[in-house]
Amino acid sequence: MTGPLLFLPLIPLLPFLGFLLNGLLGRRLPKALVTTIGLAAPCASFLLVLHVAYLFWSGSLALPVVEPGAPAWISIGALHIDFGSVIDQLSLVMLLVVTGVGFLIHIYSVGYMHDDEGYARYFAYLNLFLFFMTVLVQAGNVLFMFVGWEGVGLASYLLIGFWFRKPSAANAGKKAFVVNRIGDFAFLIGIFLLLANFGTLTFSEIGANLSANPAWNGGVLNVIALCLLAGATGKSAQLPLYIWLPDAMEGPTPVSALIHAATMVTAGVYMISRMHVLFNHAPIALATVAVVGAATAFFAATMGLVQNDIKRVLAYSTISQLGYMFLGCGVAAYSAAIFHLMTHAFFKALLFLGAGSVIHALGGEQDMRKMGGLWKKMPVTFACMTAAVLAICGIFPFAGFFSKDAILYAAFLQGAGGVVLWIVGVVTALLTALYMFRLWYMTFLGEPRDAAHHPHATPASMAVPMVILGALSLCGGWIGIERFGSFLAPALGALHLDSRIPHLEIYLSIVAVLVALEGWLIADKYYRRRPGRPAQLAAAMPGAYKVLYNKYYVDEIYEAVFVKPLLEGSRWVLGVFVDKAIVGGAAWLLAGTSLLAGAILQRWQSGNLRSYAAWLAAGAAAVLLFIVVPWTTLLAGFGIHLGMAVH
Amino acid sequence: MSSFFAQDVPIAWYLLLSAVLFSLGVVGFLIKRNLITVFMSIELMLNAVNLTFVAFAWQWHAVKGQIFVFFVMMVAAAEAAVGLAIIIAVFRARATLAVDRIDLMKL
Repeated sequence: MTGPLLFLPLIPLLPFLGFLLNGLLGRRLPKALVTTIGLAAPCASFLLVLHVAYLFWSGSLALPVVEPGAPAWISIGALHIDFGSVIDQLSLVMLLVVTGVGFLIHIYSVGYMHDDEGYARYFAYLNLFLFFMTVLVQAGNVLFMFVGWEGVGLASYLLIGFWFRKPSAANAGKKAFVVNRIGDFAFLIGIFLLLANFGTLTFSEIGANLSANPAWNGGVLNVIALCLLAGATGKSAQLPLYIWLPDAMEGPTPVSALIHAATMVTAGVYMISRMHVLFNHAPIALATVAVVGAATAFFAATMGLVQNDIKRVLAYSTISQLGYMFLGCGVAAYSAAIFHLMTHAFFKALLFLGAGSVIHALGGEQDMRKMGGLWKKMPVTFACMTAAVLAICGIFPFAGFFSKDAILYAAFLQGAGGVVLWIVGVVTALLTALYMFRLWYMTFLGEPRDAAHHPHATPASMAVPMVILGALSLCGGWIGIERFGSFLAPALGALHLDSRIPHLEIYLSIVAVLVALEGWLIADKYYRRRPGRPAQLAAAMPGAYKVLYNKYYVDEIYEAVFVKPLLEGSRWVLGVFVDKAIVGGAAWLLAGTSLLAGAILQRWQSGNLRSYAAWLAAGAAAVLLFIVVPWTTLLAGFGIHLGMAVH
Repeated sequence: MSSFFAQDVPIAWYLLLSAVLFSLGVVGFLIKRNLITVFMSIELMLNAVNLTFVAFAWQWHAVKGQIFVFFVMMVAAAEAAVGLAIIIAVFRARATLAVDRIDLMKL
């Protein structure tokens, strides 16, 4: 292949180098050097991605670029799996988001984690995450993607449990890992089925195979797609595997911004888009994606309404927004989903960074009931957060408006079922506006509710990334779904958003914006004009409030249905029967046998010299006997032949 | 002079004498209680072997057997010196030379 040098392998490898340096030597290096290494790696990756994007933009590079990894990874018979990478429009957008937002959050972390004793470890993990995430995005086949997929799970586990001395953080890390493992198991089954049915795991070959057989529909493809979907629900925190994400907020806030809002959790959406040819041939699975997405969007939004921890509100809002993306994938509007993924990366990262700024300023306080009136003291944070809140609520002309609108419009065009999904989406938009403005009012407006806090200023390293992301939250959507869709069309297929009713999209978006404004008005009424109302409402409907406050008791139900039986089964069947009875019994049997043998043979060692001498003489006599007596001849006389023929 | 023995005493007699001496040594080693007697039994066994060496050396006109005998005698002398020293040390420690009482080799 001739073409401009792209240094594609360096995009993941540079952060990996940063991880090695900071992870192995970080504790001995001066802090400035740790910071330099930690920032240089993502910056260099981002520049490399920009370089690729620029070459494409200037027309000197044709996408997709397929680079086979030089040595084969697995080569068995006809099966070849390599470390190849693919850059097409889809992975280019994703790489820009991952390295760009990632770099900004690295900068932010310098200020946020400045006084933490695990500073070098933190940057090592963050670089490790970037390594695996870029591997995931760049991978040219499903198995290599799975490596990145598992790797980001590892990095996520390490960073959720970053403050591992706190039991809740350590437990949250374990919970995230275990819940993800369930999804990954299904993903792995899906990979095996792909291999069995296609004989290859390379994306382009699977796509070509399906395009060559347009009649191949449903059947095993549905099963494969459902397995992949199950994997995606784990990583992207969708029903029924979303439960790990709210707990993941135990990690440092920049981590929540990068991994649990902007990039890693969108891996499921990316994977479905990457496999969109398969999903297009699997109608049942595709419908399931849409239903899962819409249901998750709605339920997560209702749960977000009553949370008091600022980061948990944002966590539920992330789950809800990911639900929108799944809805977009489910109605085959993949480029709309990727569009929302991109804008969401901007404004959700900003929301978390803003929340982190507030938490940092208040010395670790996360309870919104103790905040309030912060807008005067933190004007930059307040301005950025306002932009992000407007963006997530889908208010024109902020970024979220364009992407959410595209998804809802695409859903509306899908017949009667699509209209139901659209209604769910719009109701969710109302709830989104409600809980986001609730957060906004409780945190920034009103009077300070806790006089004990004296917020201190935001350092520049934290303010600059927020301002950049704020600008992106405002402008990120202006490219519009038509242009974005046609840009992604070579990778994701053309997006058909044509309706027989003229100006339908405009009517729908007006409805959506009005609904969002209604949500704002309700929040304004409850949390500004009549602050006593929410408590009254909660008192009036104690049942509903309790159900929402306890998140539909899903954690408790899982505990009772899955965790307890597994735990008890492990304790009694595996623990008592298998381990104690079988494994332990076998060990005791062995030990008992040798003890018994030892007790018997011990008598030999009497210490009596003459007994030793007698045994010595007996042994010598036995050897003599063995040599002297012609055994073979003797036994042959009795008709017994030993081995060789006797003549 | 040497041919006189060679003609009249066959090798088997030497070997038989050696075997008898060796067996006496083994039996003495096994049944005697006194450490010094046991020690002397060992010397007896060594000398029985020496006799075999010399007999064969003479039979085959090979000098190697005689050299072996010198080695054995030298080792036996050294062994006697060390062994007697040990016996004296044991006697001092235990005030007895009865082999059955000296069961230090028990674990």
